[in-house]
Amino acid sequence: MFSEAVKIEQRVEEGKGITTLRFPMGAKVRPGQFLMVWIPGVDEIPMSVSFIGALAGITVKEVGEATRALSLMKEGDVLGLRGPYGNGWQLPPGRVLCVGGGVGMAPIMTAAEGMADRTRVDVAIGARNAGEIIFEGRARRASDDVRTTTDDGSYGLKGTVVALADQMMREKRYDVVLGCGPEVMNRYLLKACKQHSVPCQLSLERLMKCGAGLCGSCVIDGLRVCADGPVFTGEQVERMTEFGRWKRDDAGLRVSL
Amino acid sequence: MTTSLETDICGTRLRNPTMLASGVMGETGDSLLRVAEAGAGAAVTKSIGLEPRRGYPNPTLVELEDGYINAMGLPGPGIEAFGEEMSVALKGGIPIIGSLFAAIPEDFVTLAVRMQEYGASAIELNLSCPHAKGYGMEVGVDPEAVASIVRQVKAAIDIPLWAKLTPNTHRLLDVAKAVEGAGGDAIVAVNTVKAMAISVEARRPVLFNRTGGLSGPAIKAVGLRCVYELYEAVDIPIIGVGGAETSRDVLEYLMAGARAVQIGSGVGRRGLGVFQAACGGLLRYLEEHGLNSLSDIVGVAHVQ
Ligand SMILES: Cc1cc2nc3c(=O)[nH]c(=O)nc-3n(C[C@H](O)[C@H](O)[C@H](O)COP(=O)(O)OP(=O)(O)OC[C@H]3O[C@@H](n4cnc5c(N)ncnc54)[C@H](O)[C@@H]3O)c2cc1C
Ligand SMILES: Cc1cc2nc3c(=O)[nH]c(=O)nc-3n(C[C@H](O)[C@H](O)[C@H](O)COP(=O)(O)O)c2cc1C
Ligand code: FES
Repeated sequence: MFSEAVKIEQRVEEGKGITTLRFPMGAKVRPGQFLMVWIPGVDEIPMSVSFIGALAGITVKEVGEATRALSLMKEGDVLGLRGPYGNGWQLPPGRVLCVGGGVGMAPIMTAAEGMADRTRVDVAIGARNAGEIIFEGRARRASDDVRTTTDDGSYGLKGTVVALADQMMREKRYDVVLGCGPEVMNRYLLKACKQHSVPCQLSLERLMKCGAGLCGSCVIDGLRVCADGPVFTGEQVERMTEFGRWKRDDAGLRVSL
Repeated sequence: MTTSLETDICGTRLRNPTMLASGVMGETGDSLLRVAEAGAGAAVTKSIGLEPRRGYPNPTLVELEDGYINAMGLPGPGIEAFGEEMSVALKGGIPIIGSLFAAIPEDFVTLAVRMQEYGASAIELNLSCPHAKGYGMEVGVDPEAVASIVRQVKAAIDIPLWAKLTPNTHRLLDVAKAVEGAGGDAIVAVNTVKAMAISVEARRPVLFNRTGGLSGPAIKAVGLRCVYELYEAVDIPIIGVGGAETSRDVLEYLMAGARAVQIGSGVGRRGLGVFQAACGGLLRYLEEHGLNSLSDIVGVAHVQ
């Protein structure tokens, strides 16, 4: 665990409203872990590490004030980082299907690259439209079988990424599925994996304040997404009564998703 | 006779002297349940107020090598919604201590009565939060104000009343005596030490609230000193808090005079296994020294 201030060295626009920021970082990170990213004067929010290595990176999608401020940062600007936090993926031996929805590709991509064997890992990339498909080139360098889908059919197949994953599981035998995306996607992906009897791991999101396993704001049932997750096994997720239905607000009150 | 870690705090029986400190994993019933499963002897809830509160915006936490500085700003669902969480928490089978914060005695009374109805084994008054304006520490450094709160709450409930004190005052012992004089059943010491972190690169304080409360190993020496002095100043039981993570830390607090020890930051730094690990070490210590119970070591550091 560390806290450090870093200077942004590279800024890349990956897609519509989706930006990657790269910076040198001292800490060692495992695929699927995240950082608490401080935008001085604005906010501090959780971001998956989307690039691992000497020039680390995060990939942010604009959804509100903090993500907008982060997206607008320039080369040379300073970010505060703490972490890495969370468990990360369990990368098992065997064949892996990586499924990313939208900016959910950020932690998925580090998993695919972490496998370091393009014959063992396939990637399904989904987004709402062509502008939001990210990391396709990177995925093709890490995998022999990369397929894309968009909700509106503007790129790749038309349909959801879960339908695509379902199709791939029908065609090929996988030992594990890794998934990250909106909660509805995760929910249907879990269902599809069950139907095909393929174990899965899902990276989940909840409101985070401390990121360090203390404050309890990120809990789903009794599990802290920041410390016990963000990656949970399909069995763990199936036992969660709040998954797909409830989240907690800033005050810790249960509200529907 | 078998060695036992059981302890008793004014009628509340604990299977072991480790307890979850307030504000850590204590906002929801399910997370309190997990703390029970992880082996804690009791668990204190997040400090609950009258109304839902969102707390401060981030950054609310700074992580240091030897602790944290937090300024959560007392977020919480409010007493009304907390009943549901309590009913879940109680399934863990360990005593659940209801921590409360308020600005005036009347509100503390309202909260305490509800917490008792919800099934809390005891009430812990948070008279010591260093970063929520108008609450906690601002009340908790005035012996008369504290006595008035303790007296009124005590008259309204049947369960034991604990008062959690701040180390951020030279009047710690006066406040503790006020608690004892007003009928308080136990003292919990300490809450966090008021602190701050500054980012050189950003040239500003890191926390949104600028200042926060320091916790973890960084404050153990302060907590120990407070417990040691309190032990000589009051006769009611003392519960130690501040930087305890290992069985050795717990032993230090017990020797200083604490009957039980709360662990907060240790849960983040070492994980939920922190309770069981500390208890395992305690049991070994007692056995190696031929002691049957914890009462044989409470306060032994007060040598002539
Ligand atoms: C472990 C973890 C890893 C994450 N990794 C990434 C990442 O790599 N890239 C990335 O872009 N985001 C990631 N997020 C989500 C990101 O943290 C949030 O989008 C961000 O906190 C929103 O802050 P804001 O101030 O911009 O939006 P807010 O003002 O807080 O919210 C604006 C609007 O966006 C909605 N919103 C808030 N949070 C989310 C969310 N998580 N998903 C969808 N809508 C949301 C709100 O409901 C609201 O309508 C991650 C979250 C977690 C918990
Ligand atoms: C994130 C966090 C939140 C806290 N919230 C509360 C709270 O709501 N009420 C309270 O009485 N103490 C609160 N505390 C203080 C702890 O209960 C404890 O007194 C302090 O952290 C010292 O113990 P530790 O070093 O074991 O953490 C909080 C501490 C932390 C780290
Ligand atoms: S964000 Fe605080 S416990 Fe997870």
